[in-house]
Amino acid sequence: METGSSTPAGSEENFEDFSDGTVDYQEVEEEENKHSIIQEIRNELSPEGASSSNGFKKSESFASVRSKDFCESMEDLDVSPDDYFHDKEWIQKRKHIFILSSAGKPIYSLHENEGKLATLCGTLQALVSFVQANNDTITSIVADGIKFVFLIRSSLILVAATRDNIAVQQLQMQLNDVYNQILSTLPHMTKIFEKRQNYDLRKQLAGTERLIDHLLVNDTSNKKITNNVFTTLTNTVQVLPLSTAMRNNVTSAIQNNCSKIRDLVFAVLIANNKLIVLVRMKKYSIHPADLRLIFNLIECSESFKTAESWTPICLPKFDMNGYLYAHVSYLADDCQACLLLLSVDPNVFFTLSDAKKKITEKLRRSHCLEAINEEMNNRGVNLRTIGIPEMRHFLYKCKVSAQLLCAELTHPYSSPSEFDRLYSIYCDMYHRIHNNLRPLKLIYHVGEKELVLAWVAQAYELYAVFEPTIDKNLVIKLVNKLVRWVEKEQDILFIKNHPNF
Amino acid sequence: MKAIEAKVVILGSEGVGKTSIVTRYLKNVTSSDQGPTISASFFSCKLYLDGVKVKLQVWDTAGQERFRAVAPMYYRNANAAILVFDLSQHKTYRDLKMWAQELQRNVQDPMILTVVGNKLDLHATRTVSREEAFLFASSIGANYMETSALNEQGLNQVFLRIAEGLVRLANENKSQTLRRYDSSNSISAYSNVFADDDQAFHLPSVHLGIPVEEGDVHSSDVGRLETPSWSIDHIAHGSVETTGWCCY
Ligand SMILES: Nc1nc2c(ncn2[C@@H]2O[C@H](COP(=O)(O)OP(=O)(O)O)[C@@H](O)[C@H]2O)c(=O)[nH]1
Ligand SMILES: [Mg+2]
Repeated sequence: METGSSTPAGSEENFEDFSDGTVDYQEVEEEENKHSIIQEIRNELSPEGASSSNGFKKSESFASVRSKDFCESMEDLDVSPDDYFHDKEWIQKRKHIFILSSAGKPIYSLHENEGKLATLCGTLQALVSFVQANNDTITSIVADGIKFVFLIRSSLILVAATRDNIAVQQLQMQLNDVYNQILSTLPHMTKIFEKRQNYDLRKQLAGTERLIDHLLVNDTSNKKITNNVFTTLTNTVQVLPLSTAMRNNVTSAIQNNCSKIRDLVFAVLIANNKLIVLVRMKKYSIHPADLRLIFNLIECSESFKTAESWTPICLPKFDMNGYLYAHVSYLADDCQACLLLLSVDPNVFFTLSDAKKKITEKLRRSHCLEAINEEMNNRGVNLRTIGIPEMRHFLYKCKVSAQLLCAELTHPYSSPSEFDRLYSIYCDMYHRIHNNLRPLKLIYHVGEKELVLAWVAQAYELYAVFEPTIDKNLVIKLVNKLVRWVEKEQDILFIKNHPNF
Repeated sequence: MKAIEAKVVILGSEGVGKTSIVTRYLKNVTSSDQGPTISASFFSCKLYLDGVKVKLQVWDTAGQERFRAVAPMYYRNANAAILVFDLSQHKTYRDLKMWAQELQRNVQDPMILTVVGNKLDLHATRTVSREEAFLFASSIGANYMETSALNEQGLNQVFLRIAEGLVRLANENKSQTLRRYDSSNSISAYSNVFADDDQAFHLPSVHLGIPVEEGDVHSSDVGRLETPSWSIDHIAHGSVETTGWCCY
């Protein structure tokens, strides 16, 4: 256990002061066993305390292993072909994600049936344990032009394989998101494996694959064109623009109807993958990665629209050892914003259901539902309307709040292949900026099809894409114009602080 | 007694039609498929039986394997359970036995149990026979009914029969958890959007134990609406005093 003090383990990665110069790498390193926050809240609320339920053991550290030996041994391995190895289409997929148990049992594959990948998974597991035998941990290898990136967690091995030039950290971030997604539905996974190392986790994962697939949306096979994929890349969330007055109305509607509910930890209101309001229990905060899991769950689950739901959910960054209980419902038939009320008490459904009704009534009376509806179809900043048509697209990351503002995706990036190229450009820029060995402050890159500028300022990071022929001085002028516009509108575009109940 | 309020839980494997049964019964869904249920959704509805207002708090649950770990939170203190299988998928029928055992082990209070064979419209490809399912239902002291959520067949009967059982349970005063009220206005604590009085289901008053229609057990006329599957004779068998934790 990391700490026995009463400081919540989440506090060092507050949503508010989440700034991440070198965070990408820490991201994957920080999964050490945490103090059970849920237990702590329960104890605090009822001094006698419920029985403690954390007993998870975990000790993993990351060492970057990329010695020549491993690449060679990879090639030496006599891999007898699985069925899919003959499948051209399968082999040519741009990216593969595999999950296997530490015993080498296939659990999940992004493309096609993991059941047929026994040989491949056995090989991957052999690689992992070969390195582990030397008290080291494999991070990545390159074999035959394919980059394999590993993330090793207690009981699971996650592997990404791609021919693309994507940074190892980026892939590890994605694997980590996938791991968190699994924990989110199965926090007791480690316990299952402790009891039976050979357990077939696939049974338990039924229904979760859908969520994992959706997390990995930025794959070419998925033809969706959306700014949502950039939140994972930049470790942020998007915010629904709303006037300060309206947002305050929403906040106080939630506060007024929830302040007496003792076990309520978070209230989260979202619409179209964007955050509207987050209200939290004093001292506790929610990590953007956990918020993204919530967004992912809501986006994948049409059934929440039918009726109120009551579902246990684990937010791994908050407390990876236990469930929060979420009352999930859409505000009203005529306002498709989704409210989640997260409690540590499994028995408060009706209390929360009642609170939700009152919140909706209040929001209706104060015309907040209309205001939310109006913004709901907002697909990003329209660069024409703000007078910067020469800029094709941008990502603006507010560092202190870990929030992302994007331009609307328009021509030429509204076709799947061009969007995919844009995504690769941003990936590349992001990782050149955040290179652990040589972090950069400014990149000005003139490519064949576009001109890209990446710029890290004190308070924000900006990635902007222009016509390739544009003049340098004009670029600077336009970037300044954009930055000034964002500053002027910042109270509407970003949420500066998350109030308490 | 003027009113009762009961908790009803719907259990069964994923895809057997649990959500369809409840949403079609409540007719509150315009589009048909909502995808898999996450953990559990809540519905509430009211029925009137012989002047007694019966309010049902219905928990429609997810059928996935991992749901089993959290299922107790939904069936705890339930007064009735609907165990649904897909009569064209034998495995879903076998899965029901697991749920029945789990309830038997973990719910102490008497409970109204109903086994429902859904997707009656697929009767051409059925793999579970009526006799088999009926015998199983009897063995656990449950009613057996067949429905087609797709064609909205038999749904009213399921809920009506449950309401009748609950009224009987309340009259016998055997249940600790079943809430009884002497005024029909007292159930307002957790009103639900679907349960406003103007939307409530006023069903014709039906005497306990009387089948809605005679002779349906011999009928293969699946096209007819609201076909109850079993005659009074069968139900009488089903109500033979069994384990004591379950009535009807
Ligand atoms: N043919 C047929 N299909 C049905 C019936 N009831 C439900 N379904 C279909 O079965 C699938 C699963 O239904 P759903 O209600 O989500 O099942 P649940 O997982 O048990 O809640 C959906 O595609 C439904 O349209 C029925 O009575 N007949
Ligand atoms: Mg369902």
